[in-house]
Amino acid sequence: MSAPAFVREAYQIASPPPVLSAGVVGWIRANLFSSPANALLTLLCLYVIWRTVPPLIEWAFFDAVWGSQGRDACLANGAGACWAFIDAKFGQIIYGRYTLAERWRVDLVFVISVLSLGPLFVERMPGRRYLAAFALLVYPVICYLLLSGGHFGLPAVESPLWGGMTLTLVVATVTMTAALPLGILLALGRRSQMPVIRIFSVMFIEMWRGVPLITILFMASVMLPLFLPAGVNFDKLVRVLIGMSLFASAYMAEVVRGGLQAIPRGQYEAASALGFGFWRATALIILPQALRLVIPGIVNNYISLFKDTTLVLVVGLVDFLGVIQLNFSDAKWSTPQTSLTGYVFAAAVFWVICFSMSRYSMRVERRLNEGTRRA
Amino acid sequence: MSDTVAAIEMTGVHKWYGAFHVLKQIDLTVKRGERIVICGPSGSGKSTLIRCINRLEQHQRGTIKVNGIELTSDVKRIDQVHAEVGMVFQQFNLFPHLTILENCTLAPIWVRKLAKARAQELAMLYLERVHVADQAHKFPGQLSSGQQQRVAIARALCMTPKIMLFDEPTSSLDPEMIKEVLDVMIDLAGEGMTMVCVTHEMGFARTVADRVIFMDEGQIVEQNAPEEFFSRPQHPRTKEFLSQILSR
Repeated sequence: MSAPAFVREAYQIASPPPVLSAGVVGWIRANLFSSPANALLTLLCLYVIWRTVPPLIEWAFFDAVWGSQGRDACLANGAGACWAFIDAKFGQIIYGRYTLAERWRVDLVFVISVLSLGPLFVERMPGRRYLAAFALLVYPVICYLLLSGGHFGLPAVESPLWGGMTLTLVVATVTMTAALPLGILLALGRRSQMPVIRIFSVMFIEMWRGVPLITILFMASVMLPLFLPAGVNFDKLVRVLIGMSLFASAYMAEVVRGGLQAIPRGQYEAASALGFGFWRATALIILPQALRLVIPGIVNNYISLFKDTTLVLVVGLVDFLGVIQLNFSDAKWSTPQTSLTGYVFAAAVFWVICFSMSRYSMRVERRLNEGTRRA
Repeated sequence: MSDTVAAIEMTGVHKWYGAFHVLKQIDLTVKRGERIVICGPSGSGKSTLIRCINRLEQHQRGTIKVNGIELTSDVKRIDQVHAEVGMVFQQFNLFPHLTILENCTLAPIWVRKLAKARAQELAMLYLERVHVADQAHKFPGQLSSGQQQRVAIARALCMTPKIMLFDEPTSSLDPEMIKEVLDVMIDLAGEGMTMVCVTHEMGFARTVADRVIFMDEGQIVEQNAPEEFFSRPQHPRTKEFLSQILSR
């Protein structure tokens, strides 16, 4: 039996898909009460939200003690969050023990940071390349000179006095900036054809990854000076920064390597056939693609790195969280709400910063992926 | 460069992948302006052969000279050869993070040191010639496979090579797009470009090639002018291959 002949006379025109659910009620029925089990879960969630969110809001806002009310109000029965504590300690939280009269220098560094780094985050900024060069080469020097002083008539402020948010941001920016390029070099090294470079990279990465960060911080602050020749001594903060940067770079290297591995061999071959040498092919063709692929991993690393900066407390550097914790023992502010308020405040600040990083990275990803989907 | 120097001269070339002998005693001379088509079953070493010509693969014995420059591990000479030889791949290998125009200007700017404006002018000229100039500001992922392969040809031409290598340029194209790519290649052949093509497009071989080479098991089994090659194949393996491929 042969198939009946068929010739189409006219092509069908595309039509809109059928409507499955309409309006708010439709959405609620489809998403929240689609089955008895789902309905039960929805009700359970509503109960949990009802039991937790209103009390939290009450504690944080309605019952809270604000700055002007002073410490005694925090002692009252049924008092909520003791924001007055944060208010009273705000200077310390931001500047640590930085010399009072010199705090304007920290403010100035902050203003410079916003002015020189801020525009880098604006896409389509004219002259972005020069700004980036400035931010990488000139900006750190200015910040260092301003913060540490001892030059140009500025009184020196030793790094043990640095603290609070200032210290947290210094540690975070320095380690993040150092970790990415170092990580890229290590990742390239690990994939190198040259055995010496490959073995060195593998050993470096595995060594730093295999050791807890706290150990590294102790090594940097306590052990390292013992190995250095007598008289050679450099700043504890610098040692901690180097230790954390190397630690972070080992993690970064593995993230970047993941990206490098995803680039098909054909890309290297095409680059080579066009006359590109290894470094140019890597910089112009391979890395731009590889880094783009691993933005989520890089940001993930950055976020965990940012939170890890709080560990500098174990070697006696008093960062943002450290200042808050330290002030719990201030007898003047010992109230039932002090420590809870302090921790909630610290958590909220960390959360805002980390969440901003995550949102920004999502935007960058979306922008870079426009039109560049792999065929 | 005098006209007497062969474009490509391979003498006694051998290559192994580990213990596997991929290329056995390849002797091949390509005159300037000559157009060669290489065919053969998969695994016969035809891709490896043309990849040796621009040093994407290293040969282990014998000599390969490109425009009189011998290929050794001397990096400088390899760079010289890369500048003389353009290559088009089966998988296009366009750079997906760059626009079509940037794909074509990247190497002229960074390797040839052309000014950006000059490189763009040149790129537009070649994109015009392969009929994709209107797509210049799109990304490779937004183009059809046929358009991508034509861009790949333009990208190679932007380096003004003297020799063009094609490694199965139509094998991963949708059937409806093979012709547009072959037309561009035929155009190119008409301008006197030295071309070495690995392809199974026998129609293309008939119209364009000066010589057809049949490879099997890493060696050249037969070579002849296309007329002779297709109408009177000599070697039994060639006959078998042609009967398979032409009966499609």
